[in-house]
Amino acid sequence: MANSYQIAVLGDKDSVMGFKALGLTVFPVESVEQARSTLHHIAREDYAVVYLTEQLAAQMETDVARYKDELTPAIILIPGKEGSLGMGMENIKKSVERAVGADIL
Amino acid sequence: MANTVVNPTRMELTRLKGKLKTAQRGHKLLKDKRDELMKQFLDTVRELRSLRAQVEEELMRVHSSFTVASALMSAQAMEQALMYPKQSVELTMTFQNIMSVNVPVYHYQTRTDDTGDIFPYGFAATSGELDGAVAALGKVFQDMLKLAQTEKAAQLMAEEIEKTRRRVNALEYVVIPDTQDSIRYITMKLDENDRSTTTRLMKVKDMILKEAIEERQAQDARAVKAFGDSGEAPTEV
Repeated sequence: MANSYQIAVLGDKDSVMGFKALGLTVFPVESVEQARSTLHHIAREDYAVVYLTEQLAAQMETDVARYKDELTPAIILIPGKEGSLGMGMENIKKSVERAVGADIL
Repeated sequence: MANTVVNPTRMELTRLKGKLKTAQRGHKLLKDKRDELMKQFLDTVRELRSLRAQVEEELMRVHSSFTVASALMSAQAMEQALMYPKQSVELTMTFQNIMSVNVPVYHYQTRTDDTGDIFPYGFAATSGELDGAVAALGKVFQDMLKLAQTEKAAQLMAEEIEKTRRRVNALEYVVIPDTQDSIRYITMKLDENDRSTTTRLMKVKDMILKEAIEERQAQDARAVKAFGDSGEAPTEV
């Protein structure tokens, strides 16, 4: 099952612009609404990894959670231009709690 | 048991015994699976934590480089410089099976082989800061991909562990005790039936014996009486 996939970067324009130079598919969005619909659109296409800025993810947690148990896309939070909100670490903690039943790390 | 009614028959008992055996075996296997998954998961999570800390730190550095670059250049010029990427990335995904959890493994392929060759613009019109930012981003990208792979694996494993844990608990605290209760109930009921049958048979045997004895006594009495009446030696009967 080695199909070819693409990588998407979703976030505000200033945060994601640089990724374009690397050849990733960049989706600059301006509002949360737009981000939401773009994310669902991306999820149906051949994207294996979606990098999403924490600033956006903070406002659309339910949408992100929907893809948590799916194989694709993997939604990975990255800090946006305004800095890290610590959500990525928080998510790791949550999955540990989910698996173990308590935060043991 | 308690809430379900079982037929106290031998067939039901055999069926329940089979069920108990399966449940116990399943319980053991699932428990082993959970333990091993947990071990792998914790390893993954440890790796993930350090990887994420590293990537976040590097990305923040990249962002600040971009900020400096955008301060030195006009927004249009910068957008123009990054508009047409030279590089493109193709991702292929294979799967690795960790204790029956399929986790993705990403391999990426770039269009140009040289990883340094990622600048989609001429150096004349852009600031040096932008070069640094793009180069740094190119470097952090590999770690980002690894991060994506590890994080997805952790998420999927967390889900599987949760499922397995629930199954183990359901078997341990519900299915197995319930079945054992049912088996105990049926065994007792069958034993009780056995005992009552034995008792009944003994009773019947007593009654028959008593009847036979009484009949014999009556016969004897009749014989004695007949002998006494005739006063002779009894004739052969």
